[in-house]
Order: sequence, then structure tokens, then C-alpha cells
Amino acid sequence: MHFSGQVHKVGDHIDTDAIIPARFLVTSDVRELGASCMEGLAPGWVDRVKEGDILVAGKNFGCGSSREHAPLAILGAGMPVVVAHSFARIFYRNGFNMGLLLLEVGDQIEGINDGDELDIQVEEGVITNVTQKTTIRFQPIPAFMQELLQGGGLIEYVKRQKSA
Amino acid sequence: MHQTLAEKILQTHCREQITGPGQIVKCNISLALANDITAPLAIKSLKAMEVDAVFDPSRVALVCDHFTPNKDIASAEQVKLVREFARAQGIVHYYEGGEVGVEHALLPELGIVGPGDIVVGADSHTCTYGGLGAFATGLGSTDVAAAMALGETWFKVPETIRVEISGHMDPYVTGKDLILNLIGRIGVSGALYKALEFGGPVIRDMDVEARMTMANMAIEAGGKVGLFPVDETTLVYARDHGRSGDVLLAPDPDASYARVMHMDVTGMEPQIACPHLPDNVKPVSQVKDVRVDQVVLGSCTNGRISDLRRAAKLIKGKKVAKGVRFVVLPATPGIYKQALKEGLIETFMDAGAIVGPPTCGPCLGGHMGILAGGEKCLATTNRNFRGRMGSLDAEVYLAGPDVAAATAVAGEIVHPETI
Repeated sequence: MHFSGQVHKVGDHIDTDAIIPARFLVTSDVRELGASCMEGLAPGWVDRVKEGDILVAGKNFGCGSSREHAPLAILGAGMPVVVAHSFARIFYRNGFNMGLLLLEVGDQIEGINDGDELDIQVEEGVITNVTQKTTIRFQPIPAFMQELLQGGGLIEYVKRQKSA
Repeated sequence: MHQTLAEKILQTHCREQITGPGQIVKCNISLALANDITAPLAIKSLKAMEVDAVFDPSRVALVCDHFTPNKDIASAEQVKLVREFARAQGIVHYYEGGEVGVEHALLPELGIVGPGDIVVGADSHTCTYGGLGAFATGLGSTDVAAAMALGETWFKVPETIRVEISGHMDPYVTGKDLILNLIGRIGVSGALYKALEFGGPVIRDMDVEARMTMANMAIEAGGKVGLFPVDETTLVYARDHGRSGDVLLAPDPDASYARVMHMDVTGMEPQIACPHLPDNVKPVSQVKDVRVDQVVLGSCTNGRISDLRRAAKLIKGKKVAKGVRFVVLPATPGIYKQALKEGLIETFMDAGAIVGPPTCGPCLGGHMGILAGGEKCLATTNRNFRGRMGSLDAEVYLAGPDVAAATAVAGEIVHPETI
């Protein structure tokens, strides 16, 4: 897997109410949710996001609610991957279940600035910051999550279990 | 092998031997839960999984408590979808209308969750049932859909932070104050991916409702679960709520912990979480000159009968400050009826409070108490994220029921002993 795009950087403890406030939770349509992505952080935030851009966040990204609408909103906004210092637990599971790739890089997050161009080689475990001409290595994705991703996500996993 | 509470409960639901933190295990579940916001997505996922029937219609709970009574056409459509699914699947524990309560107050009250259970809910405050000694945790809708389909889910065995609580609690200090104090100390990611396990003399003397309030907010420290041992107090509660066959459950004496913390609560004041994170915690005496526009008493954290009793005792014979909206939402129909019987509702209404139906409404900024720009609210709920209860320019402070009642009367955040 390979991703490249422009960085949209947010801070620490970005909660699920910031990602998608409750008033938008009356739909499960991914595009509709995407149009309201980060509406709780700053209204209109999503307007500058282009398809394929990369969300970069600080500590504990996605804390708060179990709402799956949060990773869906990020995907719906056109961002296929989030690079963060760390993720909140439920959000981490939800991301992989929904097909949103989440990469934890710890303190190395400091070296990425808003607007930088990133190039991510998932199998190699390397993020190249094209703008800053630096590289970051990320923690390997846990084996079980890889298995889930490679098998087509949780929905496909259940289909296989039910037919086994 | 010496096991923590989390490991012990997981082990009883898991065929393989649990060897320690980090291991990924498959466990059978006691109950899978979703609400009117998260069930529609779970139903969509079940369809995509080509699942025709849930694993057991008596072990799935669907509680329409967030946008109910429906606030608009879109939320009514969501509930309609859940209702039709429940009917088609023969879901035993489906609740809406006059039967509905805030899920994490309702299910323990009905004896649907209890000691030693594994409960997965598409709601982050599912961890509340840890107060009853259940391994209960929030997951996303698709994870819960998978659990509804298979009757099992996977967990990474968590590391555990043991919290030993000792000392003497002052009369206006509650379980809410203890958990706020802890979150203030360890931070909103202090228990990230970990279990919080509570113990010590203060816990032994604590009733189950206060334990549920504390377990409820484990997620606000990033925790996977907040666990209390199953003791005689728990067993009496479980029996009183229609359960049978529950047994005592405690961690092994030499269980291995990531960290052991000691809290002495002697001299602790009521605690306030200031905007905009639950770990921005200060003792009430340090929160000065904060005038409020709204006070909310309710939610899965503090909408139980013991909370209403404490608040009513303080507000009896007094009046809500002019210009302040005091919203009181008993968490279940059962709690509402009990409060009526005891005269608590009359006390609140005499004081000038707005008493509403059981609903999660204002807690998540859904409805029934939304804040305008520049407004401040003191709530007994569990989150004060920016914009959570309405306008991005509003502020939410969190506290226990005593501070809520006192603040409603004073019109500003005060120590309960001052009114």
C-alpha cells in the first residue's frame, strides 16, 4: 500500500465531537458525513481538503464516543490515512474496521507540519516527508489488524466465519 | 497464574489460556448493545455481512435513548429502522417510548447486565457495567454487528492500572468526585488501552450506583474498562434486580499490574472538570466566579436515584437562580417513578427546575438543553469537549449531583455547603 498527499495537521486529544458533532449523526451516508468532517473543530475545516490528503494528529486522536461516523467522516472527506502520535482505543479499532489506515509515530509527529507533502510506504513502514526531506519510521501494524485489513475488513471476516 | 480482574473475566469467556497483556483473544459475549445513533450503522453492517439472524435475540439490546423522544424527521427515521429490525429479528431487549431509559442505567436496573459478563456496546460508556464487575467496553457499530452475528469478539488483553482508594469521604464528596480527581491526575489518555481496577476500603463501603458512576468515566481516561470486584454488595444488587447465579469475583492477590496508584480521599473537596477536557480538574474552591446559564442533572453518569436524592435534599425549599435553566432528567422510567414516589420531582419543580423524560439528549448536544454561544453549563454528565453540548463558543463544567444542585441555586459554581 502506498499513499501520498498533503498534510492537514490537528492537535492533541481531538475528540469524536470535534471530528463529527452529534447534530450530524442522523445519517450514515459517508459523503454526507465527510462534508461535515471536523465541523466541531472549525466550521468549514473540510473545504480545503483534497482527495488523497493526509490527516496528521497529536496524542489520543479520536478520544470520546464509539461513533463509527468519525472514521467514516474522515474517509468521506477523502482522507484515507491518519498519522498520529497515538490513537484512542475505540477509534483505533473502528478505523481498521472501516478501512481507514491509522499509523502511530509517537513524538516523531513533531517533525510534520501543516501543508507538508507526505509519501507513505506501508509495507516498508516508512513515511517520507517530501517537503522537509526527512523520513519517519512507524510501528508495524499489529498482526491481527493486518489480517483483518488483508482479508477485506471486518465485514468480510464475519462473512467467512459465518460460511465456515 | 495470578490474574487481574480483567484477565479473570476474559478467561471465563475464552477457550485459550490467557497468559498476559498484549495477547489477542477471542471471547464469547454475554450481550451486544447499540442505541438509536449507532444501531442503524450496525444494521447496515449486518446486511453487508449477509447475516440473516443475530446469534441470540435475547442477548442483543437495542435502546433508543439518544435522540428520543425523536427530535426531528431524520432521527425518527433512524428509530424506525431500529424498530423494524428489532421486530424482524425478535429482539427481546428493545426499548423505546415510555419504556426507554438511558441505556447504561436501564440495563443494570433490568438485570440484563451483571457480574462476570462480557458486554460490548456501540456506545463508549458501556464501561459503566464495570461497576457491577462486568468486562464491558465500547466498540464501533461494525464491531458490535460482528458480535451480534457471531456471539463473540476479539480483545487485546489489557494491562491494568490498580487504583487503591483509602481514607474518609467528606459528606459532599461522591463517586463522581473520586473519578474526576483520578482523571485529573492521570489525564485523558492516562489509561489508554488499559484497564482501571479499583480497590481499597473506600470502594468496599461504596454502593453499586457510585461504582457505576466511576466505571462510567474510565473511558474519559482512555481506559478499556473500569472494573470493580464482585463483593456481597454487588451480589445483593444483582439479586434485587432479578439476576441469579452470580458469584464473588476478585483479582488474585499477586496479580501483575502496569502501575499501582494510591488515593487518600481524606479532605478531598468536590471536584470540577473545567472546559474543555475531563482532565482539567480543580477542587471547587478554586473555581471562582463562574456564572452559569444552565445546569444539567442526569445522564448515564449521574442520573440514578441516589443522584436525584442528593440533589433534591440540597435544593429542597430553595429556588433555582433567576435566569438559570436547571434541567433534571431521571435516567430511567423506574428512577422517574421512584423519584415521584419520594416527592423528589415535586421538590425539583417547586424549586423551578425543568423535569424532562429519560434521554441522553443534552449530554451529547442532541436536544433538550443545547447551549448558545457564550453560555456556560454545569453538568453531571461525562464529557465537556468543546462544542459537545451545542455552540463551539459555549463552556461545559462537569461535577457531581451535590455541586449541580448548589450551582442551580447560587447561579454560579459553588461548594454545596455554601447554600
